Amino acid sequence: MPAPFLVDTATKRTPGRNGALHLADILSEAWETSPRTAMPTSLLVDGVSKRFVSKRGEVLALHDVSLEIATGEFVCLIGPSGCGKSTLLDIMAGLTQPDKGSVWSEGIRVTGPARDRLVMFQDSALFPWLDAFGNVMFGLKLKPGLTRAQRRQIAEEHLDLVGLSAFAHTYVHELSGGMKQRVALARALAPDPRMLLMDEPFAALDAITREQLYDDLQRIWLRTRKTIVFVTHNVREAACLGDRVILMSPRPGRIVQEFNIPLSRPRDINSLELAKYASEMAQALKATTGGGHP
Amino acid sequence: MKRGVIVVLFFTGLFALWWLATASGRWSPVILPSPFYVADYLWSAARDGSIFDATWVTMQRLLLGYFVGVAIGLPVGLLMSANQSIDDTIGSVALGFQTLPSVCWVPLALIWFGQTETAMLFVVVMGTVWSVMIATSHGARNIPPIYGRAALVMGSAGFHRWTRVVLPASLPFLVSGMKQGWAFAWRSLMAAEIYVTILTGFGLGHLLHYGRELNAMDQVIGVMLVIVAIGLIADRILFSPWERVLHERWGTGQA
Repeated sequence: MPAPFLVDTATKRTPGRNGALHLADILSEAWETSPRTAMPTSLLVDGVSKRFVSKRGEVLALHDVSLEIATGEFVCLIGPSGCGKSTLLDIMAGLTQPDKGSVWSEGIRVTGPARDRLVMFQDSALFPWLDAFGNVMFGLKLKPGLTRAQRRQIAEEHLDLVGLSAFAHTYVHELSGGMKQRVALARALAPDPRMLLMDEPFAALDAITREQLYDDLQRIWLRTRKTIVFVTHNVREAACLGDRVILMSPRPGRIVQEFNIPLSRPRDINSLELAKYASEMAQALKATTGGGHP
Repeated sequence: MKRGVIVVLFFTGLFALWWLATASGRWSPVILPSPFYVADYLWSAARDGSIFDATWVTMQRLLLGYFVGVAIGLPVGLLMSANQSIDDTIGSVALGFQTLPSVCWVPLALIWFGQTETAMLFVVVMGTVWSVMIATSHGARNIPPIYGRAALVMGSAGFHRWTRVVLPASLPFLVSGMKQGWAFAWRSLMAAEIYVTILTGFGLGHLLHYGRELNAMDQVIGVMLVIVAIGLIADRILFSPWERVLHERWGTGQA
C-alpha cells in the first residue's frame, strides 16, 4: 500500500512549510524511501502557483500547491467548482505553465505535454472525422517503435478492454456519451502512458452510465495499475475511485486536507462503508466554502 | 418517389407557364422565345458541337482558375488563422476584396494582361481566392480548442497537427468555403467572358454575349440554361461526396 508512506511525506510538507521547497530534499526523500516501499514518486508538484489575468482583474487560481503522487497510485483531486483543480491537472499535463513552482515527472521537469502523461477530458475530445478505431490509433501512430500490425493489435485490444470491439468502425456522433468516454479511455490507455490525468471525465454522464464506468475504470486500473490523477467535484466518486483523495479550497486553490480510502477493490459506489468516507469528505468540503452548498 | 413526382410536376408547370406566356402573343418572340425555340437552338448547337466546344473552353478556364484560387487561398487562410499579424494585414485585405464584385477586376485585367487567357485566369482567381481564404481561416479558428489540446497531449505538433487535426477538424468550414469559392469562380468567369472577347477560346459567356449581339434570344436563354445545368452538375460531382462524408462523420447537414 503506497498510501501511508505518501501521507507521511505529504503532511510533512503541505501545511505549514512556507516558501519554496527544495527539490533536492524531496527527491532524495523519495529515493531514500522508494526501495522500501517499491513505490517511487511518479509525479511531484512543487510549490505551484498560478494566476489568471482577465478583464475583471486578476485571479489567483492556485497558491503554493505541493503534492506527490506515487507510481501506481489512484489520486482524486476534489474541491468546489473554481478551486483550480482543473488548472492543476493542466499544469501536471504540461498544457499550462505555472507562474511559480515546478512539476517533475520521474525526476524530469515538465515543460510541456508528453506522451507518458495522457489526459482525458470532460468532453471526450474524440475526433469526429475518425471512427472509434481511428481515434484509438491516433495516439498510437505517434508512438515510435511500433509496427503497423502492432499498432492495430494494440488498438483492438484497448477497444476490447473498454468493451467496444463491436463499435470499432462507428463514428463519434453515433456513440452515446458513455461510449464516447470509453473510447476516450481506450485512446488514452493505448499508447501505454505511465500516467493518466482525468479531468471530470464522467461529469456529463447520467448516473447509471457513470456507475458502469466506475466499475470499468476500477477493473482497468486493477489490471493496468496506471498512475491516475482524477479531478472531480463528486465526493462519492472520489471515495469510490481514489486510494487517496486530496481536498482543495476555493480561490486561491490550495490543498487543505487529504483522505486515505483503504477500502478493498472493486468498490461499490452505493456501499455503506464508502458512504461514510464520502460524508466525511462532504463535511470537509462544505467547511472550505464556509458552510454553504458546495 | 413522392418527392420526384412533385419536382417533375413543378418543372412541367413552370415550362407550361412559359409556353402559355409566349403563346398568348403579348410578347414578341424576339424578346421571349417559346421553350420549343430554345430547345431547337440547344439541339442544333449540340449537333454542330458549338455548345460542347464552348463548355469545354469554359470548364478548362474555370477549373484552372478555381484550383489556383484554392491552392493560394487554403494555405494563406490557415496562416491567417494561426498568426494574428497575418490576419490583421492579409486578412483585412481579403475581407475588403471579398466584398468587391469580381466583375470589377475585369477593367484592371484588360489593361494589365490585354485580351488574353491570363486576363481570364486573373479574374477567376481574384473572384475565388479571397472567399476561400476567409472561409479557411474562419474554419480553422472555430475548431474546438479541446481538439488541439487532445492532439498536443498525444504528441501531435507542427506539420502533423496541421494536416491531421486542424485540416480535418475544419473540414465542415472548408467544404462550405470551397463551395462558396466555386460559386464565385463561376460568376467571375461568366462576367469575364461576357466582357472580354478573346480569340484563343470561345466560352459559354461569349456564346451568351453573341446571342445578345445577334438578338438571338433563343440562344441567350439556351446558354443560360446550360450554365445553370453545369452549376448544378458541378455541385453534385464536386461537393456532394464531401457533404456525404460530413454527414456520415459529423452527423450534421444533409447528405
